[in-house]
Amino acid sequence: MAQTVFAPWDDPQAKPLIQFKNVTKRFGDFTAIENLTQDIYEREFFSLLGPSGCGKTTLMRMLAGFENVTEGQILIAGQDMANVPPNKRAVNMMFQSYALFPHLSVWENIAFGLKREGKPKAEIEARVDEMLRLTRLVKFAKRKPHQISGGQRQRVALARSLAKAPKLLLLDEPLGALDKKLRQDTQFELMDIQEKTGTTFVIVTHDQEEAMTVSSRVAVMDEGQIIQVATPAQIYEAPNSVYVADFIGDVNIINGVAAVDGDGYRITWAEGQAPFTAKTANSFSEGQSCHLAIRPEKVAISAERPEDAANSVEGQIIDIAYLGNISTYHVKLANGQMIKAQAANTRRLSRRTFTWEDRVWLSWTDTAAVVLER
Amino acid sequence: MRRFILIAVPYLWLMALFLVPFLIVLKISLSDIALSIPPYTPQLDLSEGWDGIKSFLSQLDFENFTFLTQDPLYWRAYVSSLQIALISTVLTLLVGYPIAYAMAQAPDEWRPTLLLLVILPFWTSFLIRVYSWIGILSNEGFLNQFLLWTGIISTPLTILNTNTAVYIGIVYTYLPFMILPIYSALEKMDGSLLEAAEDLGCSRLSAFWLVTIPLSKAGIVAGCFLVFIPALGEFVIPSLLGGSDTLMIGKVLWEEFFSNRDWPVASAVAVILLLILVVPIVLFQRNEQKQREVDQ
Amino acid sequence: MRRFSWFNATSLTVGFAFLYLPMLILIIYSFNESRLVTVWAGFSTQWYGSLLQNQSFLDAAWVTVQVAVASSTIATILGTMGAYVLVRGGRFMGRTLFSGMIYAPLVMPEVITGLSLLLLFIGIGLDRGIFTVVLAHTTFSMCFVSVVVSSRLVSFDKSLEEAALDLGCSPFDAFRLVTLPIIAPAVISGWLLAFTLSLDDLVIASFTAGPSATTLPIRIFSAVRMGVSPEINALSTIMIAIVTVGVVTASIISKRSSLAQQRDEQAAARAS
Repeated sequence: MAQTVFAPWDDPQAKPLIQFKNVTKRFGDFTAIENLTQDIYEREFFSLLGPSGCGKTTLMRMLAGFENVTEGQILIAGQDMANVPPNKRAVNMMFQSYALFPHLSVWENIAFGLKREGKPKAEIEARVDEMLRLTRLVKFAKRKPHQISGGQRQRVALARSLAKAPKLLLLDEPLGALDKKLRQDTQFELMDIQEKTGTTFVIVTHDQEEAMTVSSRVAVMDEGQIIQVATPAQIYEAPNSVYVADFIGDVNIINGVAAVDGDGYRITWAEGQAPFTAKTANSFSEGQSCHLAIRPEKVAISAERPEDAANSVEGQIIDIAYLGNISTYHVKLANGQMIKAQAANTRRLSRRTFTWEDRVWLSWTDTAAVVLER
Repeated sequence: MRRFILIAVPYLWLMALFLVPFLIVLKISLSDIALSIPPYTPQLDLSEGWDGIKSFLSQLDFENFTFLTQDPLYWRAYVSSLQIALISTVLTLLVGYPIAYAMAQAPDEWRPTLLLLVILPFWTSFLIRVYSWIGILSNEGFLNQFLLWTGIISTPLTILNTNTAVYIGIVYTYLPFMILPIYSALEKMDGSLLEAAEDLGCSRLSAFWLVTIPLSKAGIVAGCFLVFIPALGEFVIPSLLGGSDTLMIGKVLWEEFFSNRDWPVASAVAVILLLILVVPIVLFQRNEQKQREVDQ
Repeated sequence: MRRFSWFNATSLTVGFAFLYLPMLILIIYSFNESRLVTVWAGFSTQWYGSLLQNQSFLDAAWVTVQVAVASSTIATILGTMGAYVLVRGGRFMGRTLFSGMIYAPLVMPEVITGLSLLLLFIGIGLDRGIFTVVLAHTTFSMCFVSVVVSSRLVSFDKSLEEAALDLGCSPFDAFRLVTLPIIAPAVISGWLLAFTLSLDDLVIASFTAGPSATTLPIRIFSAVRMGVSPEINALSTIMIAIVTVGVVTASIISKRSSLAQQRDEQAAARAS
């Protein structure tokens, strides 16, 4: 039975929860956000992904209300947020440093926002208990932040930010301080909680694995602009630029000149070498320069020249990175360019087929690569 | 609105009780002494409106300032104060630096106690600490008794009521102000820098001179300002420990005010003292600003 | 690489001896039966007795305590506000002047501050007494409080205030419920500093007190201009004792609480 795919951004009837309309943010001479327009829908787990300084944190702080827009508008649930201070927004934030109040216990930290609303005591107690159960912190309710571990503090921060059942939750690099194993477990917990509570999550991160794991959509940012917004699969398989292709995962970029070839293109990449063929949805004019982007796992490596491969090229293994489950081969082509090819280690070490300095053939299909304009 | 109140309240208080008084001192330094209450003239009579203000301003003059330049007492007092403050600052540095250095070299467990021992005198009454030296430095005092008893001298040394006593007094009372900034700077210093210096061929002494001292410069500068500036205008120490020939401007100001009841001249003395101090105060504030930026 | 050499040990010993011997001598002689410092006539507490019966000292002490409590409390409030303005105030008109007015009194000679304040009070026709001394002490104390509190505020994690705002606090509530409890130790230090400065001040009080309000330092000063006085020795010993007890207690309390905090953090780290 086919599951309905969650994709409100494709639905023309759906009304977005958050709307950025031509938002620009300047700090003195420095432009942090440049004319940004983007919609985010309810129940999304939306990631803002990018390197330091790309503006993702500024964007989030503008949603929370800690920064004003210089130009443009931000609407949440249809309401313009200009001049609405952070304490009056139905938005809550989980801070990167957790910002737990050190002088209050775990229970009091979680109850803090509820007390501001003036709710009756019984209601507050019930809600705090619910949050403690949701984040598995019941045992630690009476402890102070310095008496619990880093992972537990992160859960308190999460519980505190969810206590008021906000429509929108902002998470600023929430998993940065956790070690790898804990991070992976917490990622799934976060997705779970998001689905259960039906809250819209907007997460800021520089860790692309994290963004790919948890998100419904990822927005890749650079220098104050959103370069591409798409589902993780689309971002990975169909990046719209070399920047995005390079930012997510590993990629080989081969520069060349396109020539029309039936329903695909022939890419001339080096003199005296057979051009690559690729089918792509993008259109190129004759002679236009382009970039061929192909992921290492889609490059097959063999000792002999494969007979029926659409693309094949010879090279020499310069380096092998052995990662246990996979090996990445760094292969140097005739024109000096290095291509990475990844293969699962299906056989044990002593039976390794390839070793340094071997001459090998790399091959891939005509749909495995993406041809990019920029 | 709230932000406005937050800024306005302390701002207005300081303007009213710090800035305005200085302007009044300036005004009175331009006035003349009179047998009236208050003992100066002219007095600003606003009931006469603009004429009153004009006649007020026309009676102001620099007579007091010329008086100060003519009478050698004041000129000598300023120079003497600068001299004493400068020498005391250097002495305090020479005494304070080894103590701060030793504290920074001490084992970690000792540090809180050592800090406590330095801070305790600071919290104790300044007046009492200066007073304690009277009983020690006088001709029948503890020091002379001790020296006579051990036979080092045969007649008592006259230390009290001389400039020497003032130096001792200033060094004694201002020592914590010199030790704490230097200690703070030394404590932050990375020990591996000294190791690097020795690895590159420095002897221990030259490593100290070429690495430690320059890196603690910020602390030394702060400490020196914290001693020099207040010492310049000191009153209590020269009054209790100094002699009648100990000329310090703080004492002169006091006497001009309380003994001679010459408020205009006292004000003029204060204005000149302030002008002398403007340069070190501004330098001190600049240094503090730079330090805060570095720390951040 | 820290070497605690014999030179360091000597510096420390000589240094601390220099700092403490005068006070020790004072304390010892307060128990001297003889009035003269030269002669040790035996152990006696008579000077303490005569001190405590001396009405002028007791009156002066009472005035001093009143002034100190009042001025340090107001100074703490104003100084904390000033610190907040300095650290979080951002840019506003006249900021340089404000910051100058906060830092200048720290190094200004007291004769100048005292003189200027007296002239102000006379100029506006304010009768001199306890009130004027309180005004004067508050003014210079608030600058010290500002410095102490602002240095704490600078290292205070701003995201805690933002979290409070995010969870629904007005800016004043955020200060009251989150910032203040956390910077409380610095504020209390500021209060204690202001209290001590007021208790100890001679010069400014002399200018601004007038004939009706004699503070303890003024009383002591007039007594010691003539030379050593055993009652002053006794008074000094009492004051030294009070300060010592206070400072040592404060230090023990703060050490205990920071040790407890450390232990908790270590236990939490191990348990996770």
